[in-house]
Amino acid sequence: MSKVVVAMSGGVDSSVAAALLKEQGHDVTGMMLRLWSEPGKEDTNRCCTPDSMAQARRVANILDVPFYVVDAKDVFRETVVEYFLEGYAQGGTPNPCLICNKKIRWEFLLNHALALGAEFMATGHYAKQIKDESRKTRLFRAVDEGKDQSYVLHVLNQAKLRHALFPVGDYPKTEIRQIAERFGLPTASRKDSQDLCFLAGDDYRNFLQRNAIEMLKPGQIVTRDGKVVGQHNGLANYTIGQRKGLGVPSAVPLFVLTKQAGSNALVVGTEDELGSTELLARDVNWLSGNIPNEPFRAEVKIRYSAKLAWAEVTPLEANQATVKFEAPVRDVTAGQAAVFYVDEEVLGGGIIQ
Amino acid sequence: MIYFDYSATTPIDPRVLDAMMPYLTESFGNPSSIHRYGQKAEAAIESAREMVASFLNCLPAEIIFTSCGSESDNLAIRGGALGMREKNGSQWILASRAEHPAVTKTIEQLGKHYGFLPEWLDVNAQGMVTAEVVSKAICNNTGLVSVMYANNEIGTINPLRDLAEICRANGILFHTDAVQAAAYLPVDVQVLSVDMMSLGSHKFYGPKGVGALYVRKGTPLISHNTGGGQENNLRAGTQNVAYIVGFAESLKLTAQEREQRIKHVQPLRDKIIGAVLETIPDSQLTGDMNVRLPHHASFVFKDVDGNLLLTLLDAAGFACSSGSACKTGNPEPSEVMNTLGLPREWGLGSLRVTLGKDNTVADVDSFLKILPSLVEKARNLNQR
Repeated sequence: MSKVVVAMSGGVDSSVAAALLKEQGHDVTGMMLRLWSEPGKEDTNRCCTPDSMAQARRVANILDVPFYVVDAKDVFRETVVEYFLEGYAQGGTPNPCLICNKKIRWEFLLNHALALGAEFMATGHYAKQIKDESRKTRLFRAVDEGKDQSYVLHVLNQAKLRHALFPVGDYPKTEIRQIAERFGLPTASRKDSQDLCFLAGDDYRNFLQRNAIEMLKPGQIVTRDGKVVGQHNGLANYTIGQRKGLGVPSAVPLFVLTKQAGSNALVVGTEDELGSTELLARDVNWLSGNIPNEPFRAEVKIRYSAKLAWAEVTPLEANQATVKFEAPVRDVTAGQAAVFYVDEEVLGGGIIQ
Repeated sequence: MIYFDYSATTPIDPRVLDAMMPYLTESFGNPSSIHRYGQKAEAAIESAREMVASFLNCLPAEIIFTSCGSESDNLAIRGGALGMREKNGSQWILASRAEHPAVTKTIEQLGKHYGFLPEWLDVNAQGMVTAEVVSKAICNNTGLVSVMYANNEIGTINPLRDLAEICRANGILFHTDAVQAAAYLPVDVQVLSVDMMSLGSHKFYGPKGVGALYVRKGTPLISHNTGGGQENNLRAGTQNVAYIVGFAESLKLTAQEREQRIKHVQPLRDKIIGAVLETIPDSQLTGDMNVRLPHHASFVFKDVDGNLLLTLLDAAGFACSSGSACKTGNPEPSEVMNTLGLPREWGLGSLRVTLGKDNTVADVDSFLKILPSLVEKARNLNQR
């Protein structure tokens, strides 16, 4: 029996996580983060609307566990939103959920859980973790491949994983609903959405417009060989692989290939130019804490919803790694993470350069 | 779990519950009905009214039962302001900056939607409204002044009689929110010299959901809950008989047992105040050291998130409150903390410990043993 803090969201997954742990006899406490929203939009932050807080309180009440809200507005603004803006400023397409998991959920909230006397913190993430004989904790893809969220958890390290529990990762989503019903918990789940919580349903371009207008400098649209074919209205407005909305007249469809932050140029090309066979990752985190000695064959995921692609991963100095794909991969996007899997296990990952 | 939040609410005294039970069961009549069921209910209300009047030293007809202290504040301020405007055209409404939201929000609404002119009275560093401030602020167009008897967040007691006398001499209505004070302070309205006074019984071992407003005879008051003729035509709606009976019974017990209750809580409170200021670095008492409610200790700690401290305390088995106690709201310093002139890094870290009859010396000792380490923990979590 351990003291466990469950990071609750009001959704079915973290509710069931709490219920399962309680059923196993653990001393469960619910906690929820209050995150930052633009002033005036606090009620629509996807991760912590008054509705979802009320729902989490209801669940805590049904399960008869204490529930606390922890305010993370300032730290979220300073780390996650800054990271998001900085990522676009550098010409990338940042994934703020990664830094949120690293700095907010698994650092700020974990520290609060530990201060409360908890040994473990659990979340409703779909992922599996196993302690091996050398007392290291290893992270694996969830049983439900379709729901797997191990991608965003590749930022964890042994010090954090030691305290982590992912009770729903062992079940398919359908079974999670049944368990929720068995405990009399509300089964509504948030609409699966890749929208960022602090955008509150708004388009990120509007957010940048309001918060970092200087970032949206018009520039030239060029082809790989340097031919100017049009004007863009700010690099941050485009994503790699984007086809619509370029406004460049062309006989064949054109796609965004890369962004050149230095020259503020948007590089476009035809579909067959889209694939990449190699990428460089920086800030690579190895979950075991040890950098592999030699190159290894792995399945690599280049964004949250991407398909796994076979590649050879070569660890380099200074927390970098190169990834050579066995077949060209589309839409490799700077700022997103490349995560390395071997036999379902998350070995590590880093930010695409 | 040890309960240290008696200013938030109290459990119902078993004697009060006993007095209420018949009116939840066999004597369930509507007090406005002609038949004997109704007569019985009406008799219960009227005898409760007489009982309350006797402890307030006023006429039974001067007591209006309401649903809570906030409703009493609403009726007094909205009804009094409208009544005074009708009587002499007065437009100004004055209240202290440290009032409960039931008072401040009502006055803000009267300013925004009813054409009144609100003015906020400054408090001193202990949160007190002085006679001087009131004298300076009133004018011949002031209709109503509202100053709380004792502050809910910091426990400071205001010199009500002095303030009320100034208003009386100038033909201005004086209202006081005595919801916190009534649990421990005398509530003789002749001594206090107030025109209106709000009460709620759940702060002194009575039920939630019932309050009362004392309204001095001759006070111009316009009803805000219109309908039937209940409560002297000032508060329409079928009376909550059992709760009114409970209100009166709990007030009676409070009046009878006041001295012994004070004797019980005050030494505990003094022990807490002494030990906290002595053992916790960067701590400060909020409110007045002496002129404060006898069961009320309140502090601010520098560089502490007050809500986080409450979370740590709850997990450690102590139920306390903070100045800005709000489960979902913004972690911003409360208005009262700002009014006292506390900087943000102090105002965010408020803690209120309010004692009651079930607290023991052992409770206080175990609390004082753990509090310094929890403040330390909260401070560490604050420094990212």
